[in-house]
Amino acid sequence: MHTDPDFLQTLWFVLIGVLWVGYFTLEGFDFGVGMLVRGLGRDKAERRALIHTIGPVWDGNEVWLLTAGGATFAAFPSWYATTFSGFYLALFLVLAALIVRGVSFEFWGKVASERWRTTWEWAMCISSGAAALLFGVAWANFVAGVPMGPDHVIHASLFDLLHPYALLGGLVTLTLFLTHGANFLRLRTKGELADRATTVAHRVAPVAAALMVGFLIWTASDQSWDAVVVVLSILAAVAVVLVPTVLERNPTQAFGGTTAAIALLFVALLAALFPNAVPSSTNHLFDLQLSAASSTSYTLTVMTVVAVIFVPIVLAYTAWAYWVFRHRLGRDDFDGPMTPIAVMEHKLGTPGAPSAGSGAKPPTVV
Amino acid sequence: MTTLDLARTQFGVTTLFHFIFVPMSIGLAVFVALCQTLHYRTGREVYLRMTRFWGKFLLISMAIGVVTGIVQEFQFGMNWSLYSKYVGDIFGAPLAMEALIAFFLESTFIGLWIFGWGRLSPKLHLVTIWCVAIGTMISAYFILAANSWMQHPVGYAVNHVSHRAELKDIFAVLTNSTVLLAFPHTIFGAFATAAMLVVGICAFQLLRKRGGDVVARSMRLALPIGTVAVILTMIFGHFQGILMETQQPMKMASAEVLYNTKNGASFSIFATGSFTRFPGHLSADLRIPHALSILATASWNGKVDGIRQIQASEVTKHGPGNYTPILGVTYWTFRLMIGAATLMLLLMLAGFVFQRRKSLDRARWFQRLAIVGIFLPILANWTGWIFTEMGRQPWVVYGLLKTSAANSPNVASGDIIATLAGYILIYGVLIVIGGWLMFREIKHGPEPPPPPPAEGVLEELPLAPNPDLVLSY
Repeated sequence: MHTDPDFLQTLWFVLIGVLWVGYFTLEGFDFGVGMLVRGLGRDKAERRALIHTIGPVWDGNEVWLLTAGGATFAAFPSWYATTFSGFYLALFLVLAALIVRGVSFEFWGKVASERWRTTWEWAMCISSGAAALLFGVAWANFVAGVPMGPDHVIHASLFDLLHPYALLGGLVTLTLFLTHGANFLRLRTKGELADRATTVAHRVAPVAAALMVGFLIWTASDQSWDAVVVVLSILAAVAVVLVPTVLERNPTQAFGGTTAAIALLFVALLAALFPNAVPSSTNHLFDLQLSAASSTSYTLTVMTVVAVIFVPIVLAYTAWAYWVFRHRLGRDDFDGPMTPIAVMEHKLGTPGAPSAGSGAKPPTVV
Repeated sequence: MTTLDLARTQFGVTTLFHFIFVPMSIGLAVFVALCQTLHYRTGREVYLRMTRFWGKFLLISMAIGVVTGIVQEFQFGMNWSLYSKYVGDIFGAPLAMEALIAFFLESTFIGLWIFGWGRLSPKLHLVTIWCVAIGTMISAYFILAANSWMQHPVGYAVNHVSHRAELKDIFAVLTNSTVLLAFPHTIFGAFATAAMLVVGICAFQLLRKRGGDVVARSMRLALPIGTVAVILTMIFGHFQGILMETQQPMKMASAEVLYNTKNGASFSIFATGSFTRFPGHLSADLRIPHALSILATASWNGKVDGIRQIQASEVTKHGPGNYTPILGVTYWTFRLMIGAATLMLLLMLAGFVFQRRKSLDRARWFQRLAIVGIFLPILANWTGWIFTEMGRQPWVVYGLLKTSAANSPNVASGDIIATLAGYILIYGVLIVIGGWLMFREIKHGPEPPPPPPAEGVLEELPLAPNPDLVLSY
């Protein structure tokens, strides 16, 4: 019954893993910034600066999740079908959080009233926090397994998914993404905002590190101290423990540290999952294995060709977008009649660019 | 309601809601890209204000389209796990390609477009909006290829050991005759949707006596685009009808409630009857002679198969069962789609005539009708999809998998009701806010032209945008 996945199946498991890791390392800081909008930004100008740090990129970051979903559907249809129908209500909550979060960015700037903006800022905070928490809960369950019989149909209520291990997983991603977001802001903001982001990173990082070490030990023991999982867990733990130590000195290193911690955490979880797609907590004989869940090798080959052609293109323009929006933003960029566009022009030294207040009507919103 | 009915309701509700914004975004992306291209080529400032004014509607529409699109991709697995397992080997591939090739493109470049004003060179900035427009169209192609496979499965073989359909030829799936017609039909429908929106919003400005240069230019651009787009949508729809007669004869017959096979079949314009699977007889039936034969077979006396004959042949092919869709739904959605498109065409042509006579700003009745006309493409888009999806019933994949064997066995009614209520609540809030935001922008109208440059300024000011915070955040 149990067969090892062949080369293409393993390759697609790895690629789907890469998509998840990409999603969490990128959207992880989006979630963090979203959570910090109210706490870190003290006035309108500061909150605008914060939202602007992720404004141009969050939508692209979310596509990593959609691609992970689509790739799972294409490469392992039974994995997709079993998981998505089995985690029905949990997934609905994730979707609801992502919908609210998405529109909160887009609607926030559309009306200039204080109440409107405060509402969407809170929506941003809560939905970002909820999504960050729920993804940890979900992944802990993916690895721990769910009640499932030999027909590979999950029978679990929402509350079956909220066991202590899963809740710990949720707290890990919540705190880790919060730290990651704060570290991102240390790179993308300046002045007081950057100082406050540093303070947040300082305070949350040790908590995240402690929770994550606990979670990884628990994971490794569940996996009967499987060597690969243990090694990866140690690496992830090292990365996250290193974070507080580099906090003082270099924000780039700190951001690199949380990026590595998130990546290694999920690589460890993926390693724990392999070669299963969906482990059964009822009986390990009922595990849904990758080899049983996969598409035909023809489909996997087609998908491999598509991925080989398009992934480099996607990575290239994504990197370019980050390069375009690399400038540090601060309160003064969004305060007064100056606008971000004027700031950029000022920065880039575009000759002859009119300042915002000249000529046309003054900005209605600051 | 059974869990199956609930799952279908949920799919219908979420998909129709999502599909308000999809054609609007596709069409507006192209329209905005066109405005910006005109600005880039001519340097005329009015095109910049057009780009920014219509850009606001594009962004509101895309915001809602994107977030509701996430649900679309996930609900196959959530509510239709048996379907997903059965077709995943084939259906998943275009979906994954859509995400990788199209979603990344449009999402990354819309960010670059919004925040790239003044930061990217004008040429590069123009490229970003075209990337968005092209991304939305690529996305449409892949999802329509996936849907077309459900209408007309090709390039597959059924594996009787694993009980699923398996992909044998990806090129056959991507060049399915069904998608080759469905794609232009949908894309031109999207252009018509956006053009109608532009015309309607401009008409509102004219009705309020605010016809500036933005309104005049937008009308001049949108009316011909809209007219051509509606006509092309109809032409491709006609060819789809012919293809449907060979691929899904039952859908064609049930669009017409044609009970018995007939040569030189007439097209019914209006009929009354009960909305049951077999309404018995139709009363007050108004018909155009031979029109159905022309529509379905492109010949005066072409043979159109009737429901009874197709039902009988389906039973011999697939075993006992009911192979007839709900005729009241297929009949009326088909008519509403064609009716709405015809009204759109008439409105566009009327606008065209008024524009040639330079009397658009005085044509009060046209202005009022054009505002209501904004809803016509939404109606046509909706009924078109309801027709093509419900006309395929009882199949989810035509001839291969019945809808009744496709939903998730482990999802209880209570779960579907709870999530359905959740979606309706969230989507309801979204449509209210989105509609209100759009209405605010319509009421506010386009920006007035900037004041003439002060004396001593020799060259025109560079066309750096105003601090328009509605476009960015």
